[in-house]
Amino acid sequence: MALMALLTVQSATAATLPVDKVDVLYHRYDGGGMVIDGPSVLVRKGIGPQVSFSGQYYVDSVSAASVDVLATASAYEEERTEYTVGVDYLYDKAILSLGYTNSTENDYEANTLYFSVSQEFFGGMSTVTMGYASGWDEVGKVGNETFSEEADRRNYQLGLSQVVTRNSLVGLDLEVVTDEGYLQNPYRVNRYIDPNDSTLFETQPERYPETRTSTSVALRALYYLPYRASIRGEYRYFSDTWGINAHTMELGYVHGLNQHWTLEGSVRYYTQSEADFYSDLFPFANSQTHLARDKELSSLSGTTLAFGAVYEWKQTSLPGIDRLQFSLLVDWLNFDYDNFRDVTAAGNYLPGEEPLYSFDAYVTRASLILEY
Amino acid sequence: MRILSILSSLSLVALLLMATGCSSVKPWVKPYERDNLADPVMSLSRHGTADAYMHHVYQARESARGAEGGSGGGCGCN
Repeated sequence: MALMALLTVQSATAATLPVDKVDVLYHRYDGGGMVIDGPSVLVRKGIGPQVSFSGQYYVDSVSAASVDVLATASAYEEERTEYTVGVDYLYDKAILSLGYTNSTENDYEANTLYFSVSQEFFGGMSTVTMGYASGWDEVGKVGNETFSEEADRRNYQLGLSQVVTRNSLVGLDLEVVTDEGYLQNPYRVNRYIDPNDSTLFETQPERYPETRTSTSVALRALYYLPYRASIRGEYRYFSDTWGINAHTMELGYVHGLNQHWTLEGSVRYYTQSEADFYSDLFPFANSQTHLARDKELSSLSGTTLAFGAVYEWKQTSLPGIDRLQFSLLVDWLNFDYDNFRDVTAAGNYLPGEEPLYSFDAYVTRASLILEY
Repeated sequence: MRILSILSSLSLVALLLMATGCSSVKPWVKPYERDNLADPVMSLSRHGTADAYMHHVYQARESARGAEGGSGGGCGCN
């Protein structure tokens, strides 16, 4: 995630090193029985005209009592800590970036090494970015010291950013991701019909394929309106070898109130089909090779409404600070599952007749960026 | 093999773009005409790490991943 932040900034301003800055974020996710919050601090500093270093510290403090947790276990708390270091090197009209991220929690460790090249063409009107990331994860299980699995991941990325007119630009992104290894969650279970059980169903461990390859293509367009405001449209198509296809659409609007304040809002819609081996309720134990009842693999749709206010102060009179930006962003998310039933719902339901699950969540972000 | 064929296609596109950069077609939006494009309201990544955080929120709850813009590296945080 931190790498995304590094490269997002870089891709927007290719052939110019990212500016020195401190980027402090407080983030909070609250919904579906989960509360996840924490800080993030990123510091970026250039050394000479061609090299810029960055480091980021990020924390997720998790308090979990989601429907998955409550169906089979007790609420728990945990923490994930992530460190990222990166370096960008400017050479003529190209930027070479290298980064490493380590993320640890009590039962999971993830490592990612990232390399990308971003090159300007055509008088700065076109920017092409190619990226490669390699990840290696170690999966553990609380309460089972002997459990140890591995998962490897490779990302291949190609991006094009193109100035179309003096008021519009478009972006095209393509990303292929391959995974290999232990790709399921060791705590999650699926359920099957068992007439001998008092609930009429029994549970069994998840069993996923050991490989997955996905392809995403996204098109984005931004247009500067006749007054100081912009509209943005995005579409992404996703497909993977587990049989999941997804569409993401987003529309955004940013409105400049005056030289300091801007307001923004956006609407996002997401929809996906379910994995080939997903079922809310299998007919009997081990009824097929691969078994999943992870709700993220169900067919589902999600809607997001987002609002934000940004205060920007250029050429500040603060000592050593060239530019200050403070943002408060609030997103409301809603997810509706088409084939994931709520086994915790009150009432006497036969298996497979429980109400479909849905939930909503608020995401709050308070961000302070100081450029120096 | 599928990935190789995709990568080959991507390389061809990249080569085409490079060739375009060397041709006689001139950039039609001059650097001094890009003040609107340089305005922060035209940035796809104005909020820095706050933007990247939303990608993380969605990746944990949706199956789709990748092509978020800004070339995301895998976070391994599922």
